[in-house]
This record gives sequence, C-alpha cells and structure tokens, in this order.
Amino acid sequence: MDKKDAKAWLYLLPAILFLGVFMVYPLIDVLIYSFEEGYNSASQTSFGVGSYNYSYVLHDPYFLQAIKNTFILVIFTVPISTGLALLISVGLSSIQKLRDLFQTIYFLPYVTNTLAVGLVFMILFKQTPYSDGLVNLVIQFFGGEAVDFIGGPYWAKMFVLCFYTVWVVLPFKILILTSALASVNEQYYNAAKVDGTSRFRIFTRITIPMISPTLFYLIITGFIGAFKAYSDAVALFGTDLNAAQMNTIVGYIYDMLYGNSGGYPSYASAAAIILFTIVLTITCINLLVSKKHVHYA
Amino acid sequence: MKVVLENLTKIFPSRNKKSKEDVIAVNDFTIEIPDGKLIGLLGPSGCGKSTALNLLCGLQKPTRGKIFFGEDEVTNLPAENRGVGMVFQNYALYPHLTVLQNIIFPLQNLKGEEKMTKEAMCEKALEVAKLVQIDELMERKPSELSGGQQQRVAIARALVKMPKILLMDEPLSNLDARLRLQTREEIRRIQRETKITTIFVTHDQEEAMSISDMIIVMKDGVIHQTGKPQEVYDDPKNLFVAKFLGTPPINVFQGCVKAERLYIGDAAVLDVKGVEDRQVYIGIRPEGFVLDENGPLVCKLDEVEVMGRDITVVSKHDLCENVEIRSIISSENMAEVGTEMVRFTLKPKKVHIFDKVTEERIRF
Repeated sequence: MDKKDAKAWLYLLPAILFLGVFMVYPLIDVLIYSFEEGYNSASQTSFGVGSYNYSYVLHDPYFLQAIKNTFILVIFTVPISTGLALLISVGLSSIQKLRDLFQTIYFLPYVTNTLAVGLVFMILFKQTPYSDGLVNLVIQFFGGEAVDFIGGPYWAKMFVLCFYTVWVVLPFKILILTSALASVNEQYYNAAKVDGTSRFRIFTRITIPMISPTLFYLIITGFIGAFKAYSDAVALFGTDLNAAQMNTIVGYIYDMLYGNSGGYPSYASAAAIILFTIVLTITCINLLVSKKHVHYA
Repeated sequence: MKVVLENLTKIFPSRNKKSKEDVIAVNDFTIEIPDGKLIGLLGPSGCGKSTALNLLCGLQKPTRGKIFFGEDEVTNLPAENRGVGMVFQNYALYPHLTVLQNIIFPLQNLKGEEKMTKEAMCEKALEVAKLVQIDELMERKPSELSGGQQQRVAIARALVKMPKILLMDEPLSNLDARLRLQTREEIRRIQRETKITTIFVTHDQEEAMSISDMIIVMKDGVIHQTGKPQEVYDDPKNLFVAKFLGTPPINVFQGCVKAERLYIGDAAVLDVKGVEDRQVYIGIRPEGFVLDENGPLVCKLDEVEVMGRDITVVSKHDLCENVEIRSIISSENMAEVGTEMVRFTLKPKKVHIFDKVTEERIRF
C-alpha cells in the first residue's frame, strides 16, 4: 500500500468504524441470532443451531397476518401516494396565485407528530357508544350505513390505515416533486408547444421522463418506508396490534422482543431477516425495472 | 407564406415597484415579410428580437396589434395551432429521446386527417434528416452529439411537419467560428431547397448580411430600417443603422456643413449640394477613404495592417468618435502610405451625413 492509499484509508476510517460497529456488526449479529434456537438474552445461551426460528415464524398466524397487512399497505399506499403527490405538485406548479400558501398547507402534515395525527384520525373514524364519528356522519348523510373503522371489520381498518399512511407520506413527496418540476427547463415546454403537443402528451412524454429520477427515488424510498411501517398502525389501533389483526412485520418483531408475549429475540431476528430479504428483493427488482424507464440527464 | 404584422406591440409591465416604467419590448411593428424569403431580424442585445419571435410563434401574446400568416389572422391562435417551426437558441432537444424520436415528435402530435402511420413518420423524418445531413445519427441521444449536429437535429425537428414559417432564435450563437460560417451557408441552402419563409434572429450583423434576402434592423423595440442587406448598408436611414452594419464599423466624425461644404474641423472634405448649414455627424465607410498626398483629411498614422489583397490603415483624428479610424485600401497603393501623417480624399458615395440632434440621415 503506498502512501496515498494509506491516507485515503485514514480518512475513511471514522466512517468505516461507525458503520462497522453500529450497522454491519448488528446485522451480522441478528443473522446469527436468527439461527440460534431458543436464545435467551439474560443467560446468553441457546439450545442449538438450526432453522427452527424461521420455521416457527413462518408458521405463526400472527406473522402471516403481519405479512399480509404489510403487503396490502405497500401495494396500495405507494402508488396512490406517489400518484396523488404528482398530481398535486403539477397543480401547485401551474397555479400562480397563493402558491406559497398552498405549498405550506400541503407541507403541514409533515411537521405534525404522527401520534397526534393518529389521535385526530381516531376521532374522525372511531365509533363509540356516544358518537359515530365525523366520517360516519358524512356516510349516513349520504344514506350509507355507519361502519366502525377502528374496531370493526378488517377492510374498514385496513382502509383507515392506508388512508392515514398516504396522508402522512404525501407532504414529503409533494415537496420533492414540486422542486423537481420546477427544475425542468421551460424551453422544453416551449418547444413542445410550438410543435403542437397537447398538454396531456407534454405531461407524459416530457414532464414524466424529465422528473423520472426523482419519481424513482420516491418510489424506492416509499416501498422501503411502507415495508417498515409500524408507528402508523400503533397510532390508530394501539399497541396490541395482533388482537386488532392490524400488525405489520416491524410490529411483529417489536412484539416478539418486548410485547406482552415478548422475550423471543431469536424469533424476532428471524422475522427481521425475512423483512430484510423482502425489502432487498423488491429494491433490486425496482432498480432493474428503472434502468429502462429512468432517464438520467 | 407571407407574414404581415400590423402595429404589433408587446409591453411588459414593470416589476420594480419604485419605477413604474413599463418595458416596451416590441413597439408598433408594421411590416410585410415576403413569401419564401430568408429574413434576418437584426439588432443589439436586449432590443426585443426574441420577443418579436415569441410573438410570431405564439409563445407570448401581443399587447396590441395583429399578426397575419398569409390571409389568416393568427394573433389569438395558441402556439400549438399556428403551424410554425422553431429552432431555439439552446436547441431544446428532448434529452431522453433519440434523434429519430426527437424529429418525429411533432409528427406524432398530428391529429385527425393529418395523422400518420409509424412508417410514414420515419420516412418523413429520414427525408429531413438527409436534408440537414444527420441521417447517420438517428439512434443517438442529443448528449452524444456535437453542437453543430444538435443544431441540425433542431432544424430537422422544426422542418419535419413542413411548417408555414420557420423561426430561428440566434441559430449560430452556440457554435464556434468555423462551424458558424459553415452552418450559415447550410441554413441558406436548406431555406432555398424548402422555400419556407424563414425568420432568424441575430445580433451579428455579418451573419444577417451574409445570408439574408432581407434584413430588419431594430433597436429598443423599434424597427429602424428594412431592406436588402446591401441596400441597407449603402443607404442607412440613420446613424444607428450606419453604425450597426459593417465590419470594420463605419468611422464617425463630428463636423459641420457651411455654405454647402462639409467640414471636419477646418478641413473641407466634400461638397454637399443643397444641405443647409448645421452641425452634423459624418459617417465614412472604411472603403470610402482614398490615399491622396494632397487630400483634405489629415489623420495621424497609427499602423498599417497588411491583409494581402488590401491593407487597413489605422489612424487617429481628434474629431473622430471611434477610438481609431480604420480605412481599407487596395494594397497596390501601399507605397503611398507616409510615416507620421496620412492624407485622404473621400468617396462621396461612401460618406453619409446625419443630423446632430435627430441622428437622421441628411441626403445630398
């Protein structure tokens, strides 16, 4: 190793050290835990090594429920929130008056606390002996039948969770997309206009490709974020998510570690590794698909 | 197709709250642009040339006035329905599309009866690509092309739907000197072959003079003069036009007319019949000087630049507004150049006089 290389490594050392201690080591440790059967964190002992943890987790109905919930959440909220954010940002960038005001309004949810917002959602949707909740009042006004969104049927609860998630992630996406739209050079639009391009075609053939790197970034982070959802469910349905059928994968991991039935770090590790694998796979698929459709300038 | 502008005016409201002065970018344009010609819209930076072009293509709406393409009024027609082709200053090629996709983009916009099949579009694209000589580059992305090639793609894209009018905004400004010469010939050739009325904007008088059938000289939003390049050069209407056209630029002297004779200082340089006594600016083209041992105009010699075919005598005179007087003289007369002083007589046709106050041309 010559002097120059040594210097480079020296500069990299702090980062490598921190990443190694706080990221790589824990990851490897979790992987090891996930194969140690019956690990006990108090006595730091285990019965043996094997794949029983995985087998247990994969046969646990709570985990299967959590996987189902998480996937539903991902499949609905990522496209809906990204699409909605795109529409709103396009709208925002085409209005002149009060743009700043609207931008602020759309950004407000981002600076509000998740749990506080969850409380508001509960008030909006929850059916109690004293009140049907605001949303139910609206439904009844239009002649529908009241539904208990918080403690009622599965689809209603899922709907609220998705609605809430979309609402929470929207501001950040709008912020990013508005700036991406603003950075598209005006002259491309002018050229397209002179060439007789319809507004819809300008949007699909010019705007979308021009902001595709940003869109792709939002989709990837959206997928990862949705797979790691937990606090949203807690905000709406409380900490006993298994009972509410509303658990997510991260929620399951938390329960295995600390919840009422907690104290099973091995199962938690196995579940965490399964989640890691899922996220990694989806991200890789995303990257492969994007190669064809994302245009980097 | 001929283009007629009637009292076309574009005013930008002032953004500065303190000064309420609006900017008049285009001021009362009334002009008829003949069919099938190459027209150079010429003026210094910020004189409203690009605004005029934007009004023509419909990207901006005029404050007042009318625009006609042929017999049809298009003043209120949006850009997409005007059927013009435009080459933007930075070309505005879509970076994510290949050259072919860029060129067929305008064709894909066609609707109804004009709609074309994919094959017809590609055929058409190839046809214009051949015209501008980029048919080898169809699969490349704009970022993989040189400046000159991008320029050609931009022209091809503007031409592909056979526009009634082709507009070009500073088409040569992003090219290097050699490519500029070549490309301007190319533009001339393409215009001749397609016979599309073409209007191009430039601040470079040489560019406009060399290829235009007609030039429009403008300044501060006002048209100063229109005509064939040579006519405008030989017969400028005012001092601005005289100064703006020609390289090296016209030499401007302070002078006066006394008893039908033109004076620079004490030297009577020319007879001017029928001009009243007054203070004037005298503009003398570089080719208007003749070396003469007994000539009335005495200048202090600076240096002599030998160009081969002719020589440039650089000299100074106290009453000359230019830093130096540049006169172009046939190299056969080189021997006559003195050492310290140089004396000239003037060719009357190459001397223009302008009123000192209005700067309008005084004919004699």
